[in-house]
Amino acid sequence: MELLWDGYIQPGIWIVAKILVIVLPLLIAVAYLTYAERKVIGAMQMRKGPNVVGPFGLLQPLADGLKLFLKETVIPTSANKAVFLIAPMLTFILALVAWAVIPFGEGLVVSNLNVGILYLFAISSLGVYGIVMAGWASNSKYAFLGALRSAAQMVSYEISIGLIIISVLLTTGSLNLSDIVLAQSGGIWNWNFIYHLPMFVIFIVSILAETNRAPFDLPEAEAELVSGYNVDYSAMTFALFFLGEYANMILMSALCATLFLGGWQAPLPFLDFIPGPLWLIIKICMVLFIFLWVRATFPRYRYDQLMRLGWKIFLPLSFAWVMLVATFLVVFDKVPA
Amino acid sequence: MVVQALAFYLFAIIAVISAAMVVTVRNPVHSVLFLILTFFNAAGLFVLLGAEFLAMLLVVVYVGAIAVLFMFVVMMLDINFVEMREGFLNYLPIGVLVAAVLFVELAFVGGGWVMTDAKMAAIAQPVPAGVGNVNALGMLLYTDYAYIFQAAGLVLLTAMIGAIVLTLRHREGVRRQNISQQVQRQRAETLEIKKVPVGRGI
Repeated sequence: MELLWDGYIQPGIWIVAKILVIVLPLLIAVAYLTYAERKVIGAMQMRKGPNVVGPFGLLQPLADGLKLFLKETVIPTSANKAVFLIAPMLTFILALVAWAVIPFGEGLVVSNLNVGILYLFAISSLGVYGIVMAGWASNSKYAFLGALRSAAQMVSYEISIGLIIISVLLTTGSLNLSDIVLAQSGGIWNWNFIYHLPMFVIFIVSILAETNRAPFDLPEAEAELVSGYNVDYSAMTFALFFLGEYANMILMSALCATLFLGGWQAPLPFLDFIPGPLWLIIKICMVLFIFLWVRATFPRYRYDQLMRLGWKIFLPLSFAWVMLVATFLVVFDKVPA
Repeated sequence: MVVQALAFYLFAIIAVISAAMVVTVRNPVHSVLFLILTFFNAAGLFVLLGAEFLAMLLVVVYVGAIAVLFMFVVMMLDINFVEMREGFLNYLPIGVLVAAVLFVELAFVGGGWVMTDAKMAAIAQPVPAGVGNVNALGMLLYTDYAYIFQAAGLVLLTAMIGAIVLTLRHREGVRRQNISQQVQRQRAETLEIKKVPVGRGI
C-alpha cells in the first residue's frame, strides 16, 4: 500500500496537477486571444471591435464559446463518421500535448526532455493530420481542396523551420529546451535573435504559414473555399478546430520566444526580480501581436507564390545559414561543448 | 518498473493490432491511418528502450513526412473496391509463395540466433554509459563511421538527382512565370499616359 501511494498515486496526482496548471490558463488564453484578435484588428481598421457583452466586450469569448457549445453537432450523411470525429480531437490534443516541454522558468517544465525541441517538431509535424483527415472525411470538394493545400503548405514550411532550428541548435549545443534558454542568459544581447537575425525573420514568416494564418491562410481562403477543411463542421467539433488553431498560434509563439527571445529570461539582468513565467508570457504576447498585425496588414498570398517562397527562397536561405553558422563555429573554434 | 511493463504491453499490443489492421481494412485511407498508428507505437517502444532520439526521428520522418505523402496519394485514388477483389484468387498462389519464402527465411534467421551473455549485455546498454543518446549517435555517424556515412549521403544524392532528372520535363506551349522579369517591369514599358483633348479622341 505504501509503495502504491508513494510510487504511483502521489506522482500521478502531481503530474495531473502540473498539466492542469498549464492547460487551464492556456484555454483561457485561447479564448482571450480571439478577443484580442478582434480588438486589435478592429483598432487597426478604425472600428471598435466587440464591445457589447460585458465591460469592453470582455465576456464576448465566453458568449461565443457558450453559443458553440449549445449548438447541434451535425455529421454529414456521406461523411466517414469515425475519421470525421477523430480529426478535430486530434488537432486539439496535439495543440495541448506540445506544451509539456516548454520551460516556463528555472526548472518550471512538466517534462524536461533531452530531445525537447525534436518532440515539439514531431508534434507540430503531426498537426497536418487533423486537417487532412477532416478534409477527407467530410466528403466535400471544398473541404478536400482546403485540406490538400494545407498539407502541402505545412510540409513545405516545416522543412525551413527544421533547418532554422538546426542553426539555433548548432550555437546552443543541446536539444533540451531548458538548456537552449539557459544558453541565452545574461541579457538581451545574448539572445539568439541578434545572432540569427535573418533566421528570426524567416522563422516568424514560417510559423505564420505553419499555423495557416494570414497571409498564408489559403486552406481556409473564405473567398474561394468557403472556409476550407472545416466547412462541414459545426458546434463543438468546429470549436475544437478553432481552439486547436489558436492554441497552435500560442505554442508557436512560445517556441519562437524560447528559441530566439531568451525564453523566460529577463532582457536586462537587473529585471531578474520579475518571475520568469511573466517574461515568457510577455514575449509570447509580443509574437502573437505580430500574428494579428500581419493579418490586418497583408493580403492573402497566391498559392504558387506561397510554394515558391517556401521552397525556392526560405529553403536555400536557411540551408545557407546552417552552413555559414557551422563553418563559423568550426573556423573560430567556438563549437559549444 | 510496473508502469514501464504496462506501457510496453500497451504499445506492443496496439502496434501489432494496428499493423494487422493495415492489411485487413477495406478502405485504403484507413489503412494509412493505421500505419501511422503503428509508427507511433513503434516510437513509443523506442522511448521505452531509452532511444528517445530515434523515437522522435521516427515520428518526424515517417509520420510527419512520408506518411503524409502516402495519405496524399491514397486519398486521391479513385478505387473500385469490387474490382479490386476480383483478382484475389488469381494472385493468391503467388502471394502465398512469397509469404512462405519470407517465413522460411525468418525462421532460419530466428533459429540461428543465440542469446549469449555478451549479446544480452550489449542489448541492455545500447548507449555507452555517461553519454547522451544524441551524442552517442553523433559519435557513431560523424566520427567512427564518417566516411561510410558520407558515402550513404552520396548514394542518396544520386537517387535524388535521378528522380529529378527522370521527372523534370519542359513541355512546349506552357507559359511559365519569370518572377525577376515581373519584378523588374517598369511603368514606362507597360503604360502610356496620353492627354486626350475633349471631343477629338486619340
